[in-house]
Amino acid sequence: MTDVTDTSKACSVRTLDLASIGEALAVQYVQPPTAAPEWARWLEEIGFIVGERVMLMARGLPGGDPLVVRVAQSTFALRRAEAACIGVTPVDQTDTQEIVA
Amino acid sequence: MNEAVIHFHPSGPLLALVGNPNCGKTALFNLLTGSRQKVANYAGVTVERKEGRLTTPAGRTLRVLDLPGAYSLYPRSPDERVTCDVLFGRAAGEKRPDLVVCVVDATNLRRNLRLALAVKRLGLPCVVALNMTDLAEKRGLRIVPERLSAELGMPVVSTVAIRHTGAEPLLALFDDQQTWRRATADTPIPGHAAPIGDPHSNQSDHVAVRQILQNLGLDEIVPHTPSDRIDRVVLHPIIGPLLLASILFLVFQLVFAWAETPMNLIKAATSEVGQAIGAALPDTWIRSLIVDGVIAGAGGVLVFLPQIVILYFFILLLEESGYLPRAAFLLDRLMGGVGLSGRSFIPLLSSFACAIPGIMAARTIANPRDRLVTIMIAPLMTCSARLPVYALLIGAFVPQREVYGMLELQGLVLLSLYLAGIVGALAVAWGLKRFTAAGREVRPLMMELPNYHWPTPLNVGLGVWQRVAIFLKRVGGIILILTILLWLLASFPAPPEGATGPAIEYSLAGMLGQALAVVFEPIGFNWQISIALVPGLAAREVAVSALGTVYALATAGEDTAQALAPLIAANWSLATALSLLAWYVFAPQCLSTLATVKRETGGWTMPLLMAGYLFALAYAASFVTYRVALALGAG
Repeated sequence: MTDVTDTSKACSVRTLDLASIGEALAVQYVQPPTAAPEWARWLEEIGFIVGERVMLMARGLPGGDPLVVRVAQSTFALRRAEAACIGVTPVDQTDTQEIVA
Repeated sequence: MNEAVIHFHPSGPLLALVGNPNCGKTALFNLLTGSRQKVANYAGVTVERKEGRLTTPAGRTLRVLDLPGAYSLYPRSPDERVTCDVLFGRAAGEKRPDLVVCVVDATNLRRNLRLALAVKRLGLPCVVALNMTDLAEKRGLRIVPERLSAELGMPVVSTVAIRHTGAEPLLALFDDQQTWRRATADTPIPGHAAPIGDPHSNQSDHVAVRQILQNLGLDEIVPHTPSDRIDRVVLHPIIGPLLLASILFLVFQLVFAWAETPMNLIKAATSEVGQAIGAALPDTWIRSLIVDGVIAGAGGVLVFLPQIVILYFFILLLEESGYLPRAAFLLDRLMGGVGLSGRSFIPLLSSFACAIPGIMAARTIANPRDRLVTIMIAPLMTCSARLPVYALLIGAFVPQREVYGMLELQGLVLLSLYLAGIVGALAVAWGLKRFTAAGREVRPLMMELPNYHWPTPLNVGLGVWQRVAIFLKRVGGIILILTILLWLLASFPAPPEGATGPAIEYSLAGMLGQALAVVFEPIGFNWQISIALVPGLAAREVAVSALGTVYALATAGEDTAQALAPLIAANWSLATALSLLAWYVFAPQCLSTLATVKRETGGWTMPLLMAGYLFALAYAASFVTYRVALALGAG
């Protein structure tokens, strides 16, 4: 499930499941696992669109799964495998505008 | 028993409410239609169809359809598919709506407006109800409906679904003939010269929404800080699960404590009515049918009503406040381990009162495979109908003493029976995950955690009422028919002249029981138990009174158990009693549950599969229990 390749992206790009809690991030890409291509659309529908602001709010127990993720105004519970589809980069905390990809 | 589509207001204009989940759409529907609602199913699918009626200030009567919540017009669950099909006008037996009301959460325009834009493209007359404007204002979001209307190119009114007068602007809009005529399909969004390229692109809708919000100065992200603060406690890795366990414990305590008095009243009333009618009728088989069949059968259904009402009340309270998705979040890891998701938690919780409402609640699970597995394991949750049987056996065979100075042995045995059911359910789900192809697929969670709200009495009250009505309507009929059928089995043929044993021994049920005794002999059941299991098919607790009948006791109701306890303690071995307890943890002896499964899955395959696997499981568990107990000298 974590076969998401991010070699072509800038080195500051990580996947959302690896982010630290409370860090201000923006979506860089959504890349579903090959076994579940429909996840891309589903994640986009609930707001994980390139450029959108996201933040990891909390991790579940045990094993840090699932995750609580803030995307724009909404809060969603995602499993780690789902969050691993979402590439993110940090954004300036003081900047309230979205970054445009 | 497929449900027909109900057109109860076949004429009159139809308007449909559409919106994201958690946008307050159902609250608005309740406010618009009040108690004038009808809950049924969409044709061919088990998706709840809610239709209501409203009267506009000018006196026009309109039909209102509350469509299932959807994030987009690309369905991923049966619920969302219905929403799409209705809007596209291709749902079987449904009229395409004359007007669509897009309900939009004013505190979350970024996501909600995307759906509004997608709906607008369908070309149906369309208005936007800007809901929860009170909450938006509290957060400093001042949205001018007129300006948003100009940006979107469709009428926008602000609504507050939790306020009595909160829908008045929307109602006024329904009287404007212009609303119903507006052709929105070809109207480009003002200020956005560039046409939306791919008409189905989320991305382009996202860009359009962002542009609109920027134009209105609303593009700042304002999180709901009170919800975040509550979540820091509720979702805390240690406090969170403890809080959940406490809430569940409290709910169960209250379900059983508060239900006791009304349940006793219902029992007393049933027997009063039975006696009164029995006294008025001549002693024929008709009297027996009415008193022992119909009245006792109806009482058997009604007696669970208090528990179901109270359980639903708490579930709705937790649901309306926004806590339930958090509970599902906390349990997701545990459920994920056996191939389910946290969403299965609510149906399984309901199943502790009765598996039937639990199986019906499984409709909220989007994934068909998860839904099916949840339905299949729901009967393993210890429903309250098993309690009288457990109480009888524990009272007769488990000594009343304390262990470790503070724990009561009888209570511990009861708790372990509950746990055995839960562990059994988890094991079955795990087995299905491990050994079926569909089980190994990875299914996403992607569950919204909405902001916390105070539940409103109207929404909780209507919710409880609707669920209770469904339960009574569906279950009442089935149980009643089955009870009458079993009464026939237990009463015919009549005992021959000069018979010494109880009448049931000579009936069809008795013969069936004697035949079954051969099957049940290896797990330690005698023929009396086997006979009692037959009427116990109607409702598990009936087995207690059936045992009373077999042992020719002349008492009824509560007294049966008291008189029966010493009798079975003297007649049965401990191994037999333990085996029967193990049987009751797993056995599929509830025909109403199987009938509900048939309804919900639309065929005989699943109920037969369920009966088969539960029977095998129960037999195996009883066999092991009986043999181990014998080996340990409990024979």
